[in-house]
Amino acid sequence: MIFETIIGLEIHIELNTRSKMFCACSTEFGAQPNANTCPVCLGMPGTYPVLNKEAVRLALRAARALNCRINKVSCFNRKNYFYPDLPKGYQITQFELPLCEDGFLEFESEAGNKKSGRAINHIEISRIHLEEDAGKLMHPEDQPVTLVDYNRAGVPLIEIVTRPKAIRPQAAVDFLKELKSVMEYTGVSDCRMEQGSLRCDVNISVRRKGEKELGTKVEIKNLNSFKEIHKAMEWEMQRQQELLLKGKKVMPETRRWDQIRGVTIPMRTKNGSQQYYITPEPDLPGLDLKSEIFRSYLEEPLPELRAQKNRRFMEQYNLSRYEAEILTQNKGLADYYETVVKHGAAPVDASNWILVELLRLWNPADNAEIPVSGKALAQLIKLVNEGTISRNAGKKVLDEMFETGKSPRLIIEEKGLAQISSRAEIEIIVDQVLKQNKDAVEEYKTGRTKVAGFLMGQIMKAGRGRLNPNVAREILEEKLK
Amino acid sequence: MMTILELQKGYREGSFSVRQAVESFLERIKKLDQRIGAFITVCYNEALDQAEQLDQRLSRGENIGPLGGIPVAVKDNICTKNIRTTCASRMLENFVAPCDARVVENLKKAGAVIIGKTNMDEFAMGAASGTSAYKKIANPWNLSKVPGGSSGGSAAAVAAGFAPLALGSDTGGSIRQPASFCGVVGLKPTYGAVSREGLIAFAPSFDTIGPMASTVKDCELLFNVIKEQNQSNGSDTEEPDIENSHKNNCTGAFDAGMQNMRIGMPKECLVGLDQEAAQIYLRAEKIYRDSGARVEWFSLPEIDACASAYFILSSAEAASSLARYDGIRYGFSIKDPQDLNFDDLIRSNRTEGFGDEVRRRILFGTCMRMPEFAAYYEKAEKIRKNIKQAVNRLFGRFDLILMPTSPVLPFDIKEKHKYLHNENQLDKFTAIMNLAGIPALSLPGGFSRTGLPVGLQLAGDYFTEDKLFRAASCLEQKLGVYKKLPCLEGDQA
Repeated sequence: MIFETIIGLEIHIELNTRSKMFCACSTEFGAQPNANTCPVCLGMPGTYPVLNKEAVRLALRAARALNCRINKVSCFNRKNYFYPDLPKGYQITQFELPLCEDGFLEFESEAGNKKSGRAINHIEISRIHLEEDAGKLMHPEDQPVTLVDYNRAGVPLIEIVTRPKAIRPQAAVDFLKELKSVMEYTGVSDCRMEQGSLRCDVNISVRRKGEKELGTKVEIKNLNSFKEIHKAMEWEMQRQQELLLKGKKVMPETRRWDQIRGVTIPMRTKNGSQQYYITPEPDLPGLDLKSEIFRSYLEEPLPELRAQKNRRFMEQYNLSRYEAEILTQNKGLADYYETVVKHGAAPVDASNWILVELLRLWNPADNAEIPVSGKALAQLIKLVNEGTISRNAGKKVLDEMFETGKSPRLIIEEKGLAQISSRAEIEIIVDQVLKQNKDAVEEYKTGRTKVAGFLMGQIMKAGRGRLNPNVAREILEEKLK
Repeated sequence: MMTILELQKGYREGSFSVRQAVESFLERIKKLDQRIGAFITVCYNEALDQAEQLDQRLSRGENIGPLGGIPVAVKDNICTKNIRTTCASRMLENFVAPCDARVVENLKKAGAVIIGKTNMDEFAMGAASGTSAYKKIANPWNLSKVPGGSSGGSAAAVAAGFAPLALGSDTGGSIRQPASFCGVVGLKPTYGAVSREGLIAFAPSFDTIGPMASTVKDCELLFNVIKEQNQSNGSDTEEPDIENSHKNNCTGAFDAGMQNMRIGMPKECLVGLDQEAAQIYLRAEKIYRDSGARVEWFSLPEIDACASAYFILSSAEAASSLARYDGIRYGFSIKDPQDLNFDDLIRSNRTEGFGDEVRRRILFGTCMRMPEFAAYYEKAEKIRKNIKQAVNRLFGRFDLILMPTSPVLPFDIKEKHKYLHNENQLDKFTAIMNLAGIPALSLPGGFSRTGLPVGLQLAGDYFTEDKLFRAASCLEQKLGVYKKLPCLEGDQA
């Protein structure tokens, strides 16, 4: 029996603002518990929210990058339920009139059959709305208490909801990766999944191919990396298919992904059903998105997104798809590449050095600054290309540059790594080696020209790797004639 | 009892110090408030400290501000730093807010002395000040009668001469109705004209803070201090010249001000209106006609649905606004929470921390936002929309609307059923202004045969408080009601 899997995603992304959504508290991650709180985000009596316009600005950037229709008027609502991480007893969110609706994102994904390679895929976005984050509960193992940290309470989020679509889990993950890149490129969020600034819940159902009605939907929570999202979707898809094959029913429920056991398990419901009610938010006026201030946000230019940059890199720098994709996976890295090229490195050389050597030393996922400037790397490439040092020595120099931040010239000087290119000097070494290996020279003359390789190796060894190999080879060939 | 004018004259001329004056108010409260119950907290030390600072400033020849040295009573749902703010609820019995409400900041900047926090209906829910968790309030004009509510403590404090000025809050009539019952002036400003920052929310789309005083002029003075200055640049605005403005508004000037003012009177107000209140209402009509105003009766059928719509919408908002009181980070908490899970703990805290009326409205409001009752909620919202449209049309035709404030006279404190189960009637003439967001003022219109105050209400278009004050002053001068004071000392002891 052939099944298809329908997947819908709810993605929460923390916006890159300095202060919270309705007060002046910092959004910095990792502060002491409850250090970033004030009467407003603690929901004290008599306090009222004041909207942070930067949150609206960033959300509107996301809306445009995801091709959404921006509503003329957008309103806030209260989602009312009791939970200790929710200081006001309600979350300020948007319901009937979100910021924007009806968008889409194109992304590349492997086509269904492997031969056809990669294809452009497309997921529709039903809405994006603004909301505030809740606090965080902690359950210390050694004490029978629950602790609450409200640092995250009131941090601005956007929730992106996709329209359910029949796709494979891999394609859903490819979509998420593209979405993450768009959010990073547009400066909307730093999307650090390990810090929870990008979180994703998955709605998944299966049905027999050809059926019109959707199967029963299951929501999966507690997913904190793309890898785990992928695994969870695959597992849940299997589970539901097996149930259907056995003639059983899928229960509509929320399940959580147990990363250690690699299974989804039904979530313990908090005291039966967690009911909530949506009501208007009387403390915040509706947003008139046609007003001057919001119009000016909508007129801001958007940066080149990854897909566009990818295409441009392939055309402008003559890179392969593979090279361009790696270089543009991270906006910082893509900018770095262009800096190296700007400082005189040939585009292909720059790409080689970054892909082979730089990424050995620097992991884009760390989101750290690259300690070697693009200009310095361009210099290093030039020194290797001019023959001042060998490619191998170049690697060592780069290692040293990463560690000490010194310029390539200084390192070459200090370590005596400069290549010997002078004919006279090299000739002396070649002569010595030929003298010590008379047998090999004889062999060569009888026609076994392969031994030239052996002799070349001996020469380079004698020169401690510092001889310019091209010059050495030239001299060796002359002497063997 | 001294008026603001007399107090300020005394300070200026050095006849007495601010401290002496404040002391005399505090003494009066100490002596008489046991019988009234207007205050939950009296700020003896804070008020005297403030008074001394003002005296020092006076001795240096400094200007102490438009309300310099004037005691103000503040309703206990308006936050004050270092002084507890209880909302007359067990839930917030020991709650001290981290900062002053914006209006309190404004008061302090203007030199006012916060003399105490006034009793009220719990979380401002009620119309007779009968739901306070602490004590009942008596009407200074007749101690067996209710003072109205929910700002009953503020109204009683002004009527009893405990403070010349008070702040109240009005969500469905909570300033105007007690002002009417206690024979004082109270203004519900345009929604948004006064900052709500620091007002503990009941129904945020209706809540307003407003001034209460014994005369229209004093009420206006307080309003000018607490209202948001639109073009505020943070510097002190020009201070009004009180003495001269009093002089300027002589009777003749009032009449000139009323010339051609168009005043509408809704016929529906006469239905179910107390007989004596109706006579006072019709007398006001005559005064305005005689002053040259163009008075016209008209029909406002929307009025009948207002109280119900208001009750549904305000309760729904309250259910959400009061959700934060779980007794965990602050507020009332039961004694032995150890064995309870989160849901049971907050259920116990809320059940014991809130009084009957608050729980009733939270339950009702929660029901109203359940999908099963969506039809009621939507209807109520539709009524609100209609009211706004009706009001917009009205103020094309009229400058002001003249109405009674309350359909009934102050009733007996013992008549519980009147304020617990018949509330919609009490809000009948006041909730409409909260639904529409327009300003409205209640001023004393006269007395019943039994000596109980009866109020009159004026409503105007958005941000036309100045017009309300002008028309109210005219009526006040002609009626002269403000000259009569309740008799509290000695004879009733």
